[in-house]
Amino acid sequence: MVEVRNLTKRYGSTKAVDNISFTVNTGEVLGFLGPNGAGKSTTMNMITGYISSTEGTITVDGTDILDNPAKVKKLIGYLPELPPLYVDMSVRKYLEFMFELKKVKLPKREHIDEVMRLVKITDVQDRIIKHLSKGYRQRVGFAQALLGNPPVLILDEPTVGLDPQQIIEIRKLIKSLGKKHTVIFSSHVLSEISATCDRIIVISKGKIVADAKKEELSTAVSGEQKLNLDIEGSQNTVLDALKVIPGVKKIRRTMDLGSSAARYIVEYNTGIDIRKDVFRAIAAADCVILNMQSGNETLEDSFLKLVTEDQTQEV
Amino acid sequence: MGAILKREIGSYFNSAIAYIVMAVFFGFSGYFFVGTCFINNLKSLSYTFSNMFFVIVFIIPIITMKTFSEEKKQRTDQALFTSPASLFDIVMGKFLGAFVLYAICCMIFVVYGLVISIFTPADWTVILCNLFGILLLGAALIAIDVFISALTESQVVAAVVGMAVGLVVYLMTTIISMVDVEWIKNVLTAISFTNYYSGFTYGILDLSGIVFFVSVTAMFIFFTIRLFERKRWS
Repeated sequence: MVEVRNLTKRYGSTKAVDNISFTVNTGEVLGFLGPNGAGKSTTMNMITGYISSTEGTITVDGTDILDNPAKVKKLIGYLPELPPLYVDMSVRKYLEFMFELKKVKLPKREHIDEVMRLVKITDVQDRIIKHLSKGYRQRVGFAQALLGNPPVLILDEPTVGLDPQQIIEIRKLIKSLGKKHTVIFSSHVLSEISATCDRIIVISKGKIVADAKKEELSTAVSGEQKLNLDIEGSQNTVLDALKVIPGVKKIRRTMDLGSSAARYIVEYNTGIDIRKDVFRAIAAADCVILNMQSGNETLEDSFLKLVTEDQTQEV
Repeated sequence: MGAILKREIGSYFNSAIAYIVMAVFFGFSGYFFVGTCFINNLKSLSYTFSNMFFVIVFIIPIITMKTFSEEKKQRTDQALFTSPASLFDIVMGKFLGAFVLYAICCMIFVVYGLVISIFTPADWTVILCNLFGILLLGAALIAIDVFISALTESQVVAAVVGMAVGLVVYLMTTIISMVDVEWIKNVLTAISFTNYYSGFTYGILDLSGIVFFVSVTAMFIFFTIRLFERKRWS
């Protein structure tokens, strides 16, 4: 649905976005993750046609944005970082204006009512936007993006400034929209992305450092699996028992837990499950497993690893 | 274009701007009307019109100051420029919005014509010619000031620069008289708004004046469009 190829944006000598390529398929919810200033908003502004690219092409539904900007813009609903609200208008008047500006060809009154119901702003429709709280403003911005049921939705940090209750609502909304629309949405908060997206692109310093399915991301980055074990028994016996299990690469003893118990971290190859072997080996050595936990890196760890690494790692 | 035009006019009339601008316009034009026509027992509105040039130099920047500067400041330009509306539609919508408010102000001259016709048959051709002239002059100044508004994020800067440019245009005759170099004098005379405008105040429908003001208007609308195009490509 959206295809970005070799996209670059240069401001003077600095590259805000550096040669990024990715494709988003219809019905996919893509999370755009990166620290502040990584180039997320710049990329989104280029896809929506707000700014131009220095190099590279963007096609939406087969149409290049440079060939037919009006057609592409009609396919996209955009919620920028700061919702573009005319604060002196009432919610309904504003949505009517945006409806006309976007040249939407649906029954006006019904469609606006429907969108307002969807983002739950029906009860404030006659209030002046100036007097609304941040959360409501964000939702009015969201409503604006949904006008005309565009097949592609681009949302730049849609949950910033909302309270936890509203964040959950917006997440649910994005998830439900993902069934019909192609959604690209950005955030620098990981839990947000992992709660809503099927696929994650991590961007850092203008480059894509990872592009993977949510589950794949952590294993893809770390390269091996880990198991956290609390075991009672003498250190040598435990180490001897664990060492011989096929697939084990490294064992570290990290913490003494008292009364001859200790915590071990076992690293092993991806693609296998050693938990049963560990259980049997420890039992055979007459030791006791007090606690066993899969110690895979959390998404948070992988993310930090990705954005702090100097070299680009292709996944 | 229609959506933007409608919103612009709505925003003028939902805020105090439209009413203040109209009050000032009607106040000053009324003062000149009484001062020239009533006190001196004249039936010609020409003096009223030529005096209003000085007033609109200050009024038009107030009308246009927020057209684009406020959009940029509030980031609402993102909604405009990512919508399917073309740059021409956007700029024309803004321009026409300001022009409609200005034109409503100018309709007061028709009222003055009617007042005169109570006492003596009014010279409607001269009045309408004047009206046409002041509308053209206003259109040119609005186009210039919309362009200035597109250059900045601050309404105040847009208004002050707009007034300064307007004053230079207004004082052009004086400036020309101070210049000694012949060719500069000729160039300045050729672009002097006063030269072209005074023709209309005498009741002459001057073709060169029409062409001049329409060209200036079209040129600055074009500059504004180019400005946004360039900004997006840099």
